[in-house]
Amino acid sequence: MEGGSEGMSDIIAQIPYPLLVFIVAFILVNIALFHVAYLTYAERKIIARMQQRLGPNRVGPRGLLQPIADVLKLLQKEDIIPNNVDKSVFKIAPLISLVCAGTGVSLIPLWEKFVLSNLNVGLLFILALSSLSAYGVILSGWASNSRYALLGGLRSSAQVISYEIAMSLALLSVVLMAGSFNLQDIVKAQVASPFKVYLIPQVVAFFVFMVCALAETNRVPFDLPEAETELVAGYFVEYSGIRFALFYLAEYFGMVVMSALAVTCFLGGYAGPFEVPGLPFIWFLLKLYVLLFFYIWVRATLPRYRYDQLMGLGWKVLIPLALANLFVTAFLKLYL
Amino acid sequence: MSLYVEVVKNGNGKSESEYFTINMGPHHPSTHGVLRLVLELDGETIVKCDPRIGYLHRGVEKLAEHLNYNQTIVLSDRLDYIASAANNIAFCLAFEKLLGITPPRRARLIRTIVNEMARISSHLLWLATHALDIGAMTVFLYCFRDREWLLSIFEKVCGARLTHSYVRVGGVRLDFTQEIIDELRRFTEEFPQRILDYETLIDVNRIWLKRTRGVAVVDAETAINLGLTGPVLRGSGVPYDVRKFRPYDAYDEVEFEVPVGERGDTYDRYKVRMKELHQSNWIIKQCLDKLKEVEGEPVLAEGAPDLLLPSRIREPEPKPHPKKGFIFTGKELPVVPPGEAFASIESPKGELAVYVVSDGGPNPWRLRIRTPSFVHISAIPELAKGHMIADLVAIIGTLDVVLGDCDR
Amino acid sequence: MGLLEIAMDFLAELREKFSKVVLEVLEKDALTIVCQREGSLELISYLKEKGFKHLIDLCGVDYQGYKSEKKPERFEVVYHLYNLDEKKLIRVKVPIPENDAWQYSVTGLWKTANWFERECYDMFGIVFKGHPDLRRLLMPEDWEGYPLRKDYPLFLTEENEWKGYKEFLESVRGAK
Repeated sequence: MEGGSEGMSDIIAQIPYPLLVFIVAFILVNIALFHVAYLTYAERKIIARMQQRLGPNRVGPRGLLQPIADVLKLLQKEDIIPNNVDKSVFKIAPLISLVCAGTGVSLIPLWEKFVLSNLNVGLLFILALSSLSAYGVILSGWASNSRYALLGGLRSSAQVISYEIAMSLALLSVVLMAGSFNLQDIVKAQVASPFKVYLIPQVVAFFVFMVCALAETNRVPFDLPEAETELVAGYFVEYSGIRFALFYLAEYFGMVVMSALAVTCFLGGYAGPFEVPGLPFIWFLLKLYVLLFFYIWVRATLPRYRYDQLMGLGWKVLIPLALANLFVTAFLKLYL
Repeated sequence: MSLYVEVVKNGNGKSESEYFTINMGPHHPSTHGVLRLVLELDGETIVKCDPRIGYLHRGVEKLAEHLNYNQTIVLSDRLDYIASAANNIAFCLAFEKLLGITPPRRARLIRTIVNEMARISSHLLWLATHALDIGAMTVFLYCFRDREWLLSIFEKVCGARLTHSYVRVGGVRLDFTQEIIDELRRFTEEFPQRILDYETLIDVNRIWLKRTRGVAVVDAETAINLGLTGPVLRGSGVPYDVRKFRPYDAYDEVEFEVPVGERGDTYDRYKVRMKELHQSNWIIKQCLDKLKEVEGEPVLAEGAPDLLLPSRIREPEPKPHPKKGFIFTGKELPVVPPGEAFASIESPKGELAVYVVSDGGPNPWRLRIRTPSFVHISAIPELAKGHMIADLVAIIGTLDVVLGDCDR
Repeated sequence: MGLLEIAMDFLAELREKFSKVVLEVLEKDALTIVCQREGSLELISYLKEKGFKHLIDLCGVDYQGYKSEKKPERFEVVYHLYNLDEKKLIRVKVPIPENDAWQYSVTGLWKTANWFERECYDMFGIVFKGHPDLRRLLMPEDWEGYPLRKDYPLFLTEENEWKGYKEFLESVRGAK
């Protein structure tokens, strides 16, 4: 971990390293959770405004305490575990989803000198984490001992696996241009390149990545596995109370991590046109918020794809597109 | 947990092909009401579908045999509770045929207006739920915004938003005030722009087209054989509309077109209903203009029956009697002429037909209600064969079923 | 309106072909044909061939205690057929005796008759011969009795209630 400014370094140097990491990680997780919680609030408000209604405005001034109220409500609900479920798997599955979704936060470079975990294969690690989160879905569907849950879990995992391929191919084009899997190096390479953001040369890859990100996090128009109107919440139908909240959090965490990844790889990460003193992460956050707004906007507008059309889109359209983009990038990189 | 495949064995002990039986139970966020579907799936494809109804059966036909004619209007409201006025009109037409009463012209015009308002209200609800099922949430809220306007006009007209009981045997209950007419005029002026709002969101949206083109295609012959009526039949190309074929109320005085589809798939039925919204708007405008000509006329016919009819009528015939002077003997006359009557209307869902048999007493002897939703639900197994589960929701949506209408 | 203007030659042809079957031809609000059970299926198929392709309704009526007219049998099955091309409505009534309550099924001609006949069986107890899947439709499968018959009460006493409801009441009272 690369740390703070000059004045604090002697204090920081005295704290044993593991404890330091733990403290910083704790702060980061809390900030991420705060973002996720208020993302639910922002979604409800923005969709409401798009649908000409108000959204939550009772709890706290302008409804700002709504996420806290929701969490408190879910916390004090009865923990119902149906009779015939596989108890240990039932309890672990939401945690798998949440951990795999949330760990990605540690790899994103938030500003020039700060990334919690500067892995040399950072990008690969994030992709691996999203693959692992499919386990959470399958296990919860299986353990719930319910046909609807199983159907939902299988469909969701098949969707996630298919769209991961296109996503990885899109990200590989970025890796080709930057020359490294390390996320810090990717951002630095973007700033050093003549385009400043990889969005301009890699428009196709950005488009493919955003569509795949929608599919990875089970958001509209790819939210068939959890569509309320069709399979009654799919793979987490048997979960209630805080376990349900964990799945919900995992979905929004996934949104935040995918958006953060898009900002890092395509939009220039934390770099901005001018330095804002005291808030080195401001540009990162602004770009993140724009992408999250895009997620919410899509949810308010588009209908939902049917399952075979969804798979057809992933395999027949996005993968060839990403592959073609990869080849063109490689060709141009080699000969130019 | 048992494996997801259920093996069905026949008598020889050999297993037939494995089909996954799933139950889309009566509680469901998408099927409009308490409808239970037992599906047999082959993977994602539906092989067999068995609708089980009766969860909302209230015995309307049995109850009607113990109520007076005007009292059964209240029962009729609760059939297709989304467009109650249309149900009232069907009942009243049958009873008026039985009694031989014709409502005055102003009442007929008002009935036509109310019928078309109910049609617009029902189609708006249909569009809202159909779009919501397929995933477009925003259309749902836009449609409800306009439906609220209509329901508040209904409240001004008869005091109730949903179960009107406004149309009575021989006419309507209360006259339209000038406030209602002005508000309706404002509605007809603004409504075409609102229809454009909905169409912008989904008419040419690729995902909507993919979800509705080619789903549940019915050709004209099969549609008539299955008994489908209303926009479902018209989407398949058959221009059968009871308002044109057997005109009732003021429909022979107004001009309107009957939109017809070509392919008979879900998208065509959607287009038919959207065009019907425009036509209904136009009919209301024409009727409002014609109302000015019959200003001040009564809205209830002369011989319209009271709410409670007497159980028998005696024909008074004073006869001289040696001891008592005059005595009255009388033969019993029927309160309502005995016989039978059949009337059908174009309700927003399809053809709603009422067959009433009278005994002469104040209650109907047999009141048979043929509802469009009953027939449409019976057509689901035929339409859903070969489709996937995700299409099933679209199919139920396009047939526009209301379980109150189906179960009675 | 088209309801009463059925061509004279059509009627004459009908009477000629089905002289034994047709009992009466009336003209009320629509042309009504009362025919015997035995040839009713052929009569209805003939009508369907002649263009009456839309089966609007199929229902049963129970005439037990009907005062104003002397009815030959207790039950009656009523068909309403409509000709879409010529815009004509026709009603066919088939009297069904009480102790021999069955009728031929028209599911071979119209698929929509399937549920109409199931409902008629459910409500009156009239069995339809030739129906592929005759079981109760609106009432639960194990209901006893045929609700729309005139001798079936409007409200059941508590002993005669349906088994499922009695079990539910017992479970609720037992819990108290």
